[in-house]
Amino acid sequence: MAQKCNGARIMTCKSAFVYSNSLLNYHFHSDHPFNQKRVLLTKDLLEASDILDQTDMIKPRMATEEELALFHDVPYIEAVKKASKGLLSDKEAMEYGIGTEDTPIFSGMHEASSYLVGATLEAVDAVLESNYDHALNLGGGLHHGFKRKASGFCIYNDGAIAINYIRQKYNLRVLYVDTDAHHGDGVQWAFYDDPNVCTFSIHETGRYLFPGTGNVNERGIKEGHGYTFNLPIDAFTEDESFIQLYKSAFEEITSFFQPDVIVTQNGADAHSLDPLTHLCASMQIYEKIPSIAHQLAHTYCNGKWIALGGGGYDIWRVVPRAWAQIWSIMKTGNKLEGEIPITWQQKWNEEATVSLPTTWHDDKSKFPTIPRKAEITEKNEKVLESALKYTKNKRVL
Amino acid sequence: MLVEEIMKKSVVTLPATSSIREALQLLHKHRIRHIPIVSSEKEVIGIVSDRDVRDASPSILSRHDDVEDIQELDAEIKTIMSQPVVTIHPLDFVEDIARIFYDEEFACLPVVSQNKLVGIVTEKDMLYTLIHLTGTHVQSSHIEVKVPDVPGILPEVTAVFGKRKTNITSLLVYPYKDDPNYKILVFRVQTMNPLPIVQDLKEEGYELIWPKNVMGQES
Repeated sequence: MAQKCNGARIMTCKSAFVYSNSLLNYHFHSDHPFNQKRVLLTKDLLEASDILDQTDMIKPRMATEEELALFHDVPYIEAVKKASKGLLSDKEAMEYGIGTEDTPIFSGMHEASSYLVGATLEAVDAVLESNYDHALNLGGGLHHGFKRKASGFCIYNDGAIAINYIRQKYNLRVLYVDTDAHHGDGVQWAFYDDPNVCTFSIHETGRYLFPGTGNVNERGIKEGHGYTFNLPIDAFTEDESFIQLYKSAFEEITSFFQPDVIVTQNGADAHSLDPLTHLCASMQIYEKIPSIAHQLAHTYCNGKWIALGGGGYDIWRVVPRAWAQIWSIMKTGNKLEGEIPITWQQKWNEEATVSLPTTWHDDKSKFPTIPRKAEITEKNEKVLESALKYTKNKRVL
Repeated sequence: MLVEEIMKKSVVTLPATSSIREALQLLHKHRIRHIPIVSSEKEVIGIVSDRDVRDASPSILSRHDDVEDIQELDAEIKTIMSQPVVTIHPLDFVEDIARIFYDEEFACLPVVSQNKLVGIVTEKDMLYTLIHLTGTHVQSSHIEVKVPDVPGILPEVTAVFGKRKTNITSLLVYPYKDDPNYKILVFRVQTMNPLPIVQDLKEEGYELIWPKNVMGQES
């Protein structure tokens, strides 16, 4: 067996990349912003960079209906199955949030969605059963799915299902960390009263952005009070402030909660180029996000870390680079630097609707100057302080 | 919106002859701050607040007795209640009672119909209603449009949303800074992808206050 992974020193961790083309079938229509071609583009970029090959990959399976029902209501699953075959009435569809502009009906949607869930469950089993240190399913992270309602491009909530699966099958305490620019509402509400699942979401404030929730005072209820953390950051937040908040909060929360396993949702839509959100981050945050998760997983969880995809709507310039960094950190402990492989650029250049990036880093001189930077940073610091005010108290007790 | 739609119908009350101690216990038990005092016919004859009760109690700094032993708390509640009481009617408009809260600095208004107490509205209920009016309690995105203040503008703008089959969860209209020629329309819409609507609004020539363009967003 290869030498055991050690996050402090740089060695190779045993990591699994969950992939098959079945993950690409989750496809609403050609004009829809949610496009799983991102997963293929990332895989391709990693292969071109020589850090991913067949031996790293494990195949997803289709989640069973019993597994879906770990989180979703059976009538909802039945409705999705009917919609999948084109048999759901408009009225029923409306009740379950399907057939909307955001989450339209497509043929085979039940099967396609079940594959994304099965891929996440395979990632979980790889880490908790098959002695992998880390596993990555970029097809997952559909955090807006509700118990009996589809929303925000999400049908089945693979993160919530996987956490229930971990709770039932392995009885471990789970820390869920969501860095999508949108609030991870579906997962938060799923475990709002549960002290064994801690959720932490950093996102653009809901003042302007969907879904609107994720306020700092949403802290959980009943036994789960104090196990929900939200950092709603200001529109136009840049790298330094984002990283400062993410790092401080993640470290503090992990130390407070002492998880057995970490599940991260890695939406890549906080970048300045993302068309749906208003944050102003560069690729720098997508190097820090996985490296801090990696380090904390080793410090607290014996390395156990499952990473999922999520949002990300600039599929050419932002998402492949951002997601490739997760795998690079998982597998090698290092971020990718320098030039983007020319083979990848050549392969996709024609199909791309914008000019492809040529380096892993962004040229920050091309970024806008944010006039209110100091105020935004200060406001975000207040949010951090408020979000963490109880972790310090509890530890004293 | 009418008062009867937002009022709480189950109200904790006391008769005028009960003791201040009972009022204190009820305030704690139900975590409330006001108790209407009613007659046997359920007419509102007074109201006490947690502050009235506190003012009638001896200072905790000077006394160390149990609550049971404090004689001041045996006095009848009618000795400290406020009267007459400003009350409202179930068919009053929520907007109008907001005005009472603002002008009179009350924090609670009993609702009376045919001389009987039928409900209660607190400042907190009022704020909760405001949260609902702004639409931020349901999944939605925010769009803000600056429009000329002329008749017929609203249906023109909302038609853009209708064409995209996008549900509007709330709509607020307010004046544009100090310029009376313009109004700001604030929409919360049930979609994660407001881009097509933003595009349509721009094509129709409306000025968007939010989302604003910073960079990279092809418009």
